[in-house]
Amino acid sequence: MPDLLAARSQMAMSLGFHIVFAVVGIGLPALMVIAEWRWIRTGDGAYLELAKRWSKGAAILFAVGAVSGTVLSFELGLLWPGFMRFAGSIIGMPFSLEGFAFFTEAIFLGVYLYGWDRVSRGAHLFAGLVVAVSGVMSGIFVVIANAWMNTPAGFRLVDGNAVDVRPFGAMANAAAFSQTLHMTLAAYAATGLAVAGIHAVSILRGNASPFNRYALAIALSLGAPAAILQPLSGDVSARMVAEYQPVKLAALESHFETQRGAPLHIGGWPDVDTRETRWAIKIPRGLSLLAFHDPNAEVKGLADFPRDEWPPVAIVHIAFQIMVALGTVMALVSVWVLWHWWRGRSIDAVADRRHLLRVLALIAPMGFLAIEAGWTVTEVGRQPWIVYGVLRTADAVTPMPGLVVPFLVFTLLYLLLGAIVVYLLRQQIARAPSR
Amino acid sequence: MSLTLPEVAAWIIVVALNAYVLFGGADFGGGVWDLLASGPRRQQQRDLIAHAIGPIWEANHVWLIVVVVMLFVCFPPTFAAFGTVLHIPLSLMLIGIVLRGSAFVFRSYSYGPRSEQRRWGQTFAISSLITPAVLGMCVGAVVSGHVGAAMSAIESGRTGFTAAYIRPWISPFSIAVGAMTVALLSFLAATYLTIEAADDRALQDDFRSRALGAAVAAMALAIIALVLGAGTGDVMARLIKPGWATLVLAGSGVAAVTSAVSLLQRRFQLARVAAAAWVTLVLWGWVLAQFPLIIPPDLTIRAAAAPDRTLVETMAVLAGGAVVLIPSLWYLLRIFKGSGQVVKSPEEPQRN
Repeated sequence: MPDLLAARSQMAMSLGFHIVFAVVGIGLPALMVIAEWRWIRTGDGAYLELAKRWSKGAAILFAVGAVSGTVLSFELGLLWPGFMRFAGSIIGMPFSLEGFAFFTEAIFLGVYLYGWDRVSRGAHLFAGLVVAVSGVMSGIFVVIANAWMNTPAGFRLVDGNAVDVRPFGAMANAAAFSQTLHMTLAAYAATGLAVAGIHAVSILRGNASPFNRYALAIALSLGAPAAILQPLSGDVSARMVAEYQPVKLAALESHFETQRGAPLHIGGWPDVDTRETRWAIKIPRGLSLLAFHDPNAEVKGLADFPRDEWPPVAIVHIAFQIMVALGTVMALVSVWVLWHWWRGRSIDAVADRRHLLRVLALIAPMGFLAIEAGWTVTEVGRQPWIVYGVLRTADAVTPMPGLVVPFLVFTLLYLLLGAIVVYLLRQQIARAPSR
Repeated sequence: MSLTLPEVAAWIIVVALNAYVLFGGADFGGGVWDLLASGPRRQQQRDLIAHAIGPIWEANHVWLIVVVVMLFVCFPPTFAAFGTVLHIPLSLMLIGIVLRGSAFVFRSYSYGPRSEQRRWGQTFAISSLITPAVLGMCVGAVVSGHVGAAMSAIESGRTGFTAAYIRPWISPFSIAVGAMTVALLSFLAATYLTIEAADDRALQDDFRSRALGAAVAAMALAIIALVLGAGTGDVMARLIKPGWATLVLAGSGVAAVTSAVSLLQRRFQLARVAAAAWVTLVLWGWVLAQFPLIIPPDLTIRAAAAPDRTLVETMAVLAGGAVVLIPSLWYLLRIFKGSGQVVKSPEEPQRN
């Protein structure tokens, strides 16, 4: 395995692993705070039980998220010293802010988990709220740093060096808003629908306790609206990419020749040698309409860019199709479920319909798969650049040889860790009360 | 001596590193005592350690993130050089951090059989030993100038794999620094634990004797490191010849003796302060001896610094963040460390 590929694989694997825990670390605290708030309002012990259950899940996942996030912050230097040398002083600001958000989150998670009978109810709920808010802020800051890699700003390039560095200017980059919006909604949608799915399974297995019904209601009230809003935020993202990263747009749409009124390709396989997209459903003018909100707009094709600046077209196109398909299913199911809930005026309208529960169980993992696919689109779609148009990934990698070894070691470590987390969460879920 | 902006940033990093050593470092030391738990109160020792670390270790761990982020924001070439030359030990340290953090939480939240919890306890304990040892070796590698030399050799393309990526951090001196780090952090943890164990005299005595043993080991290893380091370049030479660094080094000796004597006299609060002072002064002795270099033998703090605007804005954010962070940390420590009560594990309230 060539060193560059090994380094990219290790980074991709580390991010792909961490993102699951980061996302749950954003979504689960929101659920647990809602449950605790409901307990304080209603005095119903099932809500308290839920808050405690979810907080335990949050503790396990937060710990793994914290250590895998530490690994990532080091890997920036271990694998990409050239990137850090160039970009450290420009994009350090969101990382510093993220450090504070993470610190606040860790402090108040400690208060929340261990402070049930040490602080007042109000203080305890407040601690949970701080965890939930700082979790979102952490995610937003990290995604801003990634957005900078897609649409670099806040410096001038002179002879390959960055001068006139403006750290806050770098944070206000073109992709920052659309990427953070898309990721935050993704975190709520993925966590909310996954948790809803888990409790749907529990009800299907005959445990229709208030515990599971409340859980379903809270998880759906977070996940379903986020899933419904996500396609709109996807539209904002697509238009940003169309404007600032036309080659990425061309790759993710498998669009080879520049044209006005460009068609949208759904599915299909991009053949980069013949520069054709095979077996795709073509919607006339669809791409122009989606990317520029104008059916006759000109969309640049891959052919307009030098061949050595193309990302791996097939991977990006397929990953994009997967993300959009999963997101669409999640949004449609969410509309359907919320409609039943609204018509029945009670969560029982969902919890008593077995076919609805089965569908919820089926879509439970989709949010996470969509997130992995989405990150593949944005990261692979930026290649061969680590900083779009400024620094190539190949020029940023460490000179150390034999990088396949750390790649394999960290992969094994994370496989082991992932298996243990699944095992522990199953233990937690298996002990759900049936009262 | 007027401070320049990069120097202020560097001092802030040292302060954060100091906090990491005093808080996070003691958590590592706690893991070492989990590994070495023995005698009739073996289980109580382990429980006390787990209760002491439980609510605060996540927050303690974040100091490391602050150090790393500050380093790559304010001194990007330094972070790049560490990442390159110290790739292997830093990866080992990361594996240790991953295993330690996750094993600790897995143990707390497992419903599995006792043997399973014990296995995670062992993973937690062994990785608590490896991580600070490797971190100390990395410090030794930087101090001795090997990291700087290897980085220059890599940049000029005239070096082999072992010379560039292995030999810089494996030397008798760096191994001595690694061992000293483990001994010092174990000493720190045992001293803190004497206060956590205030309700149980026998348990308190266990940690008192452990603290004294670790103190002796740390002193011996410090002397060995000084002797081995005498021949490894300018930084260690400056620790020995008269100057600020020597003064601080002498101060660390005074703190060491004070902590040992107060442990003998059972004055545990004083011992805790003196122990923290000892560890702190060792750190600052190193930093002062190395000043104004950030990577010996020749990369200075100023030469490695990011543009002024980055430094100013980062420090402004730090100041703003500190306004939120310091009261929060104080709140956390007041809740869980304030009155010396034993903190319940997260399992307990649920059974009520």
